[in-house]
Amino acid sequence: MLDNILNVTSAKYYAINENNVSITAVIDGITRFVPIAPGNKDYVEIMRQVDAGELTIQDAD
Amino acid sequence: MSKAAELAALIGSQTAQSNRNMMINGAMQVSQRSTSVASITSTGYRTLDRFNLLVESLGTWTMSQDTDVPTGYGFAKSLKIDCTTADASPAVADRMFLRQTLEGVDVQRMKKGTSNAELVTLSFWVKATKTGTHIVNLYDNDNARVIAQAYTVSSSNTWEHKSLTFAGDTTGAFDNDNAGSLQIVWGLGCGTNHSSGTLQTTWASASNANRFVGQVNTADSTDNNWAITGVQFEVGEVATPFEHRTFADDLAACQRYYQKSYSPGVFPGATSGSGIGASIMYRAYGTGQLRFSGQFKQSFRDVPTVTAYSPYSGNSAHCSENSSTTDKNIGGAQASTELFYAPMTEDCVDGRTYEIAFEAESEL
Repeated sequence: MLDNILNVTSAKYYAINENNVSITAVIDGITRFVPIAPGNKDYVEIMRQVDAGELTIQDAD
Repeated sequence: MSKAAELAALIGSQTAQSNRNMMINGAMQVSQRSTSVASITSTGYRTLDRFNLLVESLGTWTMSQDTDVPTGYGFAKSLKIDCTTADASPAVADRMFLRQTLEGVDVQRMKKGTSNAELVTLSFWVKATKTGTHIVNLYDNDNARVIAQAYTVSSSNTWEHKSLTFAGDTTGAFDNDNAGSLQIVWGLGCGTNHSSGTLQTTWASASNANRFVGQVNTADSTDNNWAITGVQFEVGEVATPFEHRTFADDLAACQRYYQKSYSPGVFPGATSGSGIGASIMYRAYGTGQLRFSGQFKQSFRDVPTVTAYSPYSGNSAHCSENSSTTDKNIGGAQASTELFYAPMTEDCVDGRTYEIAFEAESEL
């Protein structure tokens, strides 16, 4: 019931010292930095879209 | 209700004398993101803090913080939604709700899932164009259980006070954590997926068909408005007088879920310029890539999503250079519940200033 449908058009990991710490995601046309945190609704929704095959997260630079 | 009756009710309810309202921003004072958003066709937090408007293929809406309030009760603001494109025939899965989700730590007083489970009462002022039956749900996210109550809007476009008492639930305790445990959901319209059964007026495992049976369709005409204020959710079987809080208290409570660097009335992405929207300014001494860092005003519920903006161009994932619309890229951000930092991915120029504004969100 915690519906949180996001319009994510791109996603890419951001890494520090080769550890992914967040996802740079374009959501409704705005670039946002989504933490890798299971309690964050944006992260949960992004991973749901990944699991559903609707979204691919690019590797960090 | 007389003053004596109010006092007797308050004592009889055995509720706390203060902080008894589990809702946040019930007087609709705080609207950090914006005070009015038009053309809404999807779900999100748009205007009033903590109130999420769920829209799935049911009309187009303007949502605003409005000054229309019931007179004589101390309210100054209400939450208003206005239908701008109608949908008189919802498809089976269409739906539109207004809801607030409460953390598990904040609803333990309901003693849900125990033999001492408490009655709870939801009270609010509502002004709706559509008369007739409207439905409210309490939805237990932790155990997928639900209870519903109907209320009647008797007079079109007239403020009416409603009070709904819900039974305690001896099944399914709320998790005592910072995740969303309980949703208070106001129905505004839906298709048969959520209305074809029998209204669930006792706690039971959630069945969508039983949740909003009889709900009128607020989306059936562009003449329709729906407004609400004075929302109180408390333990006990009596709606006590609304517990007014200071603006500062409401704002601080809302900032556990959403914060912005912009001044009140300046909204994220605005080209606000220095001194209004710029929260963080550095001056480069030498070259290289600056790393902006900032401390949040309140501890967040959980690690927030951070968005950095150039305060001059309004572009996200950018900072401004030398108080101009010349932008430099921000490459990412790392945050905790207390602070964040966001590095540039381009070299700065010696002697120039660099600024970012930001918003951060950890909503439920």
